[in-house]
Amino acid sequence: MGYQTVEKIVMESAGLSETYFHTMMRLMGENPDVMELEADLGVCILGGGYKEMEETYPGQLFNCGIQEANMVGVACGLSAVGKVPFCHTFSPFLARRANDQIFISACYAGANIRLVGSDPGVMAAFNGGTHMPFEDVAAVRAFPGLTIVEPTDSAMLVNLLEQLVTLKGVYYLRMARKPMAKIYQDGSTFTIGKGCVIREGSDATIVASGLMVADAVEAADMLAAQGLHARVVDMFTIKPIDGELLTACARETGAVVTAENHNVIGGLGSAVCEVLSSTCPVPVERVGVQDRFGEVGPIDYLKETLGLTPAAIAEAVKRAVARK
Amino acid sequence: MLTQAKEVELREFARQIRIHTIRQIGLRGFGHIGGCMSIADLLSVLYGDQLKHDPKDPQWAERDWLVCSKGHAGPAIYAALALRGFFPMEWLETLNQPGTNLPSHCDRKKTPGIDMTTGSLGQGLSIACGVAQAHLLNGKSNTIYCIMGDGESQEGQNWEAVIYAAQQRLGNLILFVDDNQAQIDGYVRQIGQMESYADKFRSFHWDVADVDGHDLSAMHDAILRAKSITGVPSAIVLHTVKGQGCTFALRSWCHHMAVSKEDMEEALRALNA
Repeated sequence: MGYQTVEKIVMESAGLSETYFHTMMRLMGENPDVMELEADLGVCILGGGYKEMEETYPGQLFNCGIQEANMVGVACGLSAVGKVPFCHTFSPFLARRANDQIFISACYAGANIRLVGSDPGVMAAFNGGTHMPFEDVAAVRAFPGLTIVEPTDSAMLVNLLEQLVTLKGVYYLRMARKPMAKIYQDGSTFTIGKGCVIREGSDATIVASGLMVADAVEAADMLAAQGLHARVVDMFTIKPIDGELLTACARETGAVVTAENHNVIGGLGSAVCEVLSSTCPVPVERVGVQDRFGEVGPIDYLKETLGLTPAAIAEAVKRAVARK
Repeated sequence: MLTQAKEVELREFARQIRIHTIRQIGLRGFGHIGGCMSIADLLSVLYGDQLKHDPKDPQWAERDWLVCSKGHAGPAIYAALALRGFFPMEWLETLNQPGTNLPSHCDRKKTPGIDMTTGSLGQGLSIACGVAQAHLLNGKSNTIYCIMGDGESQEGQNWEAVIYAAQQRLGNLILFVDDNQAQIDGYVRQIGQMESYADKFRSFHWDVADVDGHDLSAMHDAILRAKSITGVPSAIVLHTVKGQGCTFALRSWCHHMAVSKEDMEEALRALNA
């Protein structure tokens, strides 16, 4: 058991939405209490499979309509009677729109629900700034008891979904719908709350999540060509963050760079600094969105415009190392 | 119809609920007295007759549920629960004291018999919908009750839930609207006029009844009628008086107020007369 990385990183042929659909179909078949709640974005994540899921498991898929706050409340009620609801919508419509419901009805009331927020950050692409959350992690990270996971690729998504069926509590799954770079071999397993060291290195540590993991590896490759050896950590659990691993990395490499598809305020970078400021205060540079709104555009354009690139990460590593 | 004997019993239970609610709030010196008093008679009908429960097993799978969306009415429910034996009567003296199991707003993790945590207004009906739907999916016949305040009905989420309950045909859901006409800053009509609740619910294809929220027999009959109707959720609009049955609350603006020892004693004397 555990995870194994692939030898060569390539883009996956299918989107995470396809992985989500097929995995949920299996999990719904295995456990009739597993439910999928949608707020009228069902076809966006289930695609053509929406009808198949509805017909195969008629009491397990419900479209609440365009009412995210109610959807979260309904899920909390369902979970109080033992159901296992997954609520999906675009991530801003969960973390922003249903924020108080996630706090009171879910976290404070001790519900067991899974919040699936799709298209985080630049993944919203042509839906533009209104739909492009760089603040969703920040908006829910201070909710006691809430866990935030950001799957890196399809192998991780499958394993996380399998775990979420039996885990108790409130989980925010921040996931892309589009194809991701394949980092892990199929069948890999992951421990929520434990980061994954996917590249060894001794000069600095790049701590990345989601979309930025592959870019972190590419940045490490660029730096290696220049004689700098960066360790890469996939910190797919943003809360509770793996403070033990972060502290060890800071001690062993002396400099840390974070890379996230999110505002540098309140997300992964902040979480890393919160840990290291008290355990091992080494130089930290945060690559992410510099407190600004999103805009319409293709993902590559947005990443370039917002500074979410391998080159930006590599430059940040050099700055962090220079500050040692 | 309630028998005369049952009506006498429920009237006494309502009186006890009021006495123990006023004592809780009076001993603490402040609290949400008005909205507790307006639902005291409803709680008597529920916990004294209609709501299936087992004080020895608050999580009993066959129980009916109560989601009190206006969570600040907790003290009235605590009085009913204590009187029914869910927890010792002495707990009522700990309302809002440090470390208490009886916080000002309902908390299912702290209080035996409290089915759902509520407090940020407007969220209870959605949760009640989920609870009702889960029971229907499981083929169970439990009734799920929800209490919404009239001021609270200004929250938009309620109307999302109203649409949802009708769409999902949640026939095991009975919603009470406590139409006591007052909210914190003024009368509901001055702040967010709601017009006819009955018309609103009817237009969303709910079953609707309008009753006097202090008429035990009328509420009892309305609940029985609502239970007999399947396939659609039911709303029972309760026309109530905020502070009903509490002397000092009736002469004050009473959503949340300071309560002196003299106030408390005067109200208890009146209820004991």
